Amino acid sequence: MLIGVLALQGAFREHEKSLSYCGKDIITRQIRLPQQLEGLDALVIPGGESTTMGKLMNTYNFFEAITDKAEKGLPIFGTCAGLIMMAKGIRGSEQPRLGLMDIVVERNAFGRQVESFEADISIEALGKEQFRAVFIRAPYILETSPQVEVLAKYQEKIILAKQGKFLAAAFHPELTSDIRLHRYFIEKCVG
Amino acid sequence: MAQKGTWTVKAGLAEMLKGGVIMDVTNPEQAKIAEEAGACAVMALERVPSDIRAAGGVARMADPTIITKIMEVVTIPVMAKARIGHFVEAQILEQLGADYIDESEVLTPADEQYHIDKAAFKVPFVCGARNLGEALRRIAEGAAMIRTKGEPGTGNVVEAVRHMRMMMAEIRKLQNMPREELMATAKDWGAPYDLVVKVAELGHLPVVNFAAGGIATPADAALMMQLGCDGIFVGSGIFKSSDPAARAKAVVMATTHYKNPEILAEISTNLGEAMPGLEISSITPEQRMQDRGW
Repeated sequence: MLIGVLALQGAFREHEKSLSYCGKDIITRQIRLPQQLEGLDALVIPGGESTTMGKLMNTYNFFEAITDKAEKGLPIFGTCAGLIMMAKGIRGSEQPRLGLMDIVVERNAFGRQVESFEADISIEALGKEQFRAVFIRAPYILETSPQVEVLAKYQEKIILAKQGKFLAAAFHPELTSDIRLHRYFIEKCVG
Repeated sequence: MAQKGTWTVKAGLAEMLKGGVIMDVTNPEQAKIAEEAGACAVMALERVPSDIRAAGGVARMADPTIITKIMEVVTIPVMAKARIGHFVEAQILEQLGADYIDESEVLTPADEQYHIDKAAFKVPFVCGARNLGEALRRIAEGAAMIRTKGEPGTGNVVEAVRHMRMMMAEIRKLQNMPREELMATAKDWGAPYDLVVKVAELGHLPVVNFAAGGIATPADAALMMQLGCDGIFVGSGIFKSSDPAARAKAVVMATTHYKNPEILAEISTNLGEAMPGLEISSITPEQRMQDRGW
């Protein structure tokens, strides 16, 4: 299975590492140009700065290329900035986005860096064992349509959601050694 | 229970900045230009290094007004510089809500013996280093991100290259060393033993390592990336050039596409004048910023 990781800016190496722990049959590819999307079984959009990523995506027409693949069924997993890119709505911002999921998000919603935190959260879909979630200047999801499955909340805020083959997290599973969420993506979205 | 200011959270922000460019800015207008160009963070300061060099005298933390005004106009992280050892400047910057503090040799050191106890803060720190020993001392003090020192404000990349090559060579040396040699090496390099062992095992620094000090062109940025750094700081290089917006965008592009000569050639074209450069040998030893830090 070939999984691309968007490597324009951000924590793409960490995602590659987490994915490689999910199985011997998984190969990753760093994506810096749209033609590198050819032949992928899935795509991960990592954390980073969503404005930076947006500018770099714009320059080489990534928006069209990714939405085109997504419409044809490419599974996509976005974390933090990746979640922002996948949202249809970003409160108070006109920044470019893929708009793949029927969600409205708020950027830097938990505050500046000094408010960044880690916490144990419950994700029913991953079993009873708590998940150590790392939130860095993190967004959260304000609204979802009925097509969106809410998978986890923290202090009443939606932080993990799934819509068909798209999965989006406000936190960073790639910064811990817990690979259950990556595995969930591979099983439930790529399958 | 939510835990703030943990090591994972501090080092994690640096991970998110990787592959990006952090730009020095001195006012909200410049900060907007930097954000528009695709900077992944800005460094708010009163004067860029080349102006600090020209002005002489004591260089201090920026006026809080500058930092807060910049925080108001951009959504990307805002960093700020504190003088080496000046932990009260750091306390003030943390209070203002700066996202990262650079304990920086660009400002005049406030302590000629000791650095800030960075582990005592919730806000993460980045520090400059010329070699592995210096990098590991700063990490042991709590720095969650490292950058080369280079020679700031010169527009001359030669010192940043020297420092990056030095760190990479020392990491390779550790990787090939039998374990019994690590202690004596730690002693020689003035590096904490446990971190020396960790680097020998990992084959890289335990934190993100950016390049800084003298980067003036997209080619400079790509050179540092190919030498193995994780991202780029540009100080005077952007706003001392003839067309800051175009140069800023080109440096951002070069940092992402650092392995692609076709793109590098295209974005290096028609950028106007780079900042005027300084030959390192023309700087007297006491004017060299890289020698500050202990």
